Amino acid sequence: MIRVELAKLFRRPRTYVIAGLLCALPLIVAIFLATTRIPPPPGQGGAFLSAVLSNGALYPAAAMALVLPVFLPVSVAVLAGDAVAGEASAGTLRYLLVRPVGRSRLLVAKLISLVVFVLFAISAVLVTSYLTGITLFGASTSSAGVALPPDVTSLSGVTISPAGLVLRLLGTVAYIVISMVGVAAIALFLSTVTDSALGAAMGALAVLVTSQVLVTLDAAQAIRPYLPTRYWLAWIDFFREPVLWRDIERGAGIQLVYLVVLLGAAWANFLTKDVAN
Amino acid sequence: MIRTKDLTKRYGRTTAVDGVDLEVREGDRYGLLGPNGSGKTTLVRMLLGLVFATRGEIEVLGRPVPRRVREVLPSIGALVEGPGAYPNLSGRTNLAVFDAAGPGGRRRDRRARIDQALERVGLGGIDRRPVKAYSLGMRQRLGLAAALLRPPRLLILDEPTNGLDPRGIREVRDLLAELNRDGVTVFLSSHLLSEIDAFCSRVGVMDRGRLVVQDDLDDLRVPTGRVTLGTPTPERAVALLDGRVEHRAGEILTVRHDDPGALNAELVAAGVTVTAIAAERRTLEEVVLAATTGSSDRVERVEAA
Repeated sequence: MIRVELAKLFRRPRTYVIAGLLCALPLIVAIFLATTRIPPPPGQGGAFLSAVLSNGALYPAAAMALVLPVFLPVSVAVLAGDAVAGEASAGTLRYLLVRPVGRSRLLVAKLISLVVFVLFAISAVLVTSYLTGITLFGASTSSAGVALPPDVTSLSGVTISPAGLVLRLLGTVAYIVISMVGVAAIALFLSTVTDSALGAAMGALAVLVTSQVLVTLDAAQAIRPYLPTRYWLAWIDFFREPVLWRDIERGAGIQLVYLVVLLGAAWANFLTKDVAN
Repeated sequence: MIRTKDLTKRYGRTTAVDGVDLEVREGDRYGLLGPNGSGKTTLVRMLLGLVFATRGEIEVLGRPVPRRVREVLPSIGALVEGPGAYPNLSGRTNLAVFDAAGPGGRRRDRRARIDQALERVGLGGIDRRPVKAYSLGMRQRLGLAAALLRPPRLLILDEPTNGLDPRGIREVRDLLAELNRDGVTVFLSSHLLSEIDAFCSRVGVMDRGRLVVQDDLDDLRVPTGRVTLGTPTPERAVALLDGRVEHRAGEILTVRHDDPGALNAELVAAGVTVTAIAAERRTLEEVVLAATTGSSDRVERVEAA
């Protein structure tokens, strides 16, 4: 079943369209930066953006910071919202279930294919943005390693080796996958509740937007640590020297809790659901 | 093959299926007849474990449903309320996807099985066009092919001839008859009387969620106590049978009489030529009309008392 889900994922043109759009955003930003050479003032704009002007090898990190807050979660919510509800409204869900495919299995296969999609999309963004960065800004990777940008480290002159950079990027990918699986869990749960794929995606986005607003609201400080988007940008801490683990650990922990609760709810709901569409 | 006891499904305050005791025997050609909205589809979905009953018991192929439905589903071919397919994939790929999704679809002979199933439903020459370019009739045939992909013991088909032209309907009927001869039990639901009449040996009639009739078609079509009679001299026959003729249309008379043989003898003895004679039987339509209360899609005004 997992193989079947993956085949369905990679046979659909929309998978590539979404990945292409995700890659296009950093490319557009890079073109503007490279032609004007006007860096955002430190502390404003996307993270790493001022640093990439001097070192293109850091551009994958900047690209992550660009797609993560809105673009990536939107695409994950759309795909996850469509996962069950889309099959239900296309009439294929009932044929899968009478095949028979166990309902739990189906749900697990859907989740795994979503994880694979996130990995695929992130890898595409990383690869294209690395190439973009190198071509447009040039790589100043000396044998001494990559200099970490001062706006992130608040310590100028710290350098990490290329191997270190790769390790940190891998950590970043893992952390973003965990965050996005949290998004997927919200949308997947809603997808088992409604037969409207659009409704499920909208619902998940509503949760995320609400969370984003509350994160910035001082009056909501009491619940801030428990909001799903609170630690989304904690992966930037991978690029500090030394790596600042506190928020990364908390963020991963929160996502794990959301994941368990929402997947449990999705599972319980789907197992007892009348497939009447 | 299928047996339900007091099967009931409520959605909120509406009762979709109400105390149904269904019995489909091995080798039957069972036709479930009923207007749209009479609960046929809900009943079919409960048999397949898609919808969970509010009350009652289901047994399919000797296993309780939905508890052990996964043991019997591999031997069931099903078409539930229209075919479902991935629109961006070709018909062949769709069948392969569904075959690979569940157990028992061995990979080695998958191609051969798909070709054979497509051939059987008349899609043997199908190309690589995606399903979204198919006509409704082609999709229906594809859905049928999916039901036949692994030789089923029981076919559960909900409105199998939807969207087919008269020739297509005939082809599907012939295919089902062939399968039935090979020992496959066929359970089909339809709102089309003629379809059930032409194919089924056993009939159930649903009306507002209840199963109001369930019997062999031959037993349902009892003689009405009338005889239809053809004669080139209808005036003489009418004069002879004085008062027993109920209806006259040209040379065809409808006579109130229990025994066509005795009537024939009586007429011949009186010198009346008989060109045709047969006992009139109830049509399936009459059976259905007598058993059902009203059209389910009519909304009557309720008069205030």
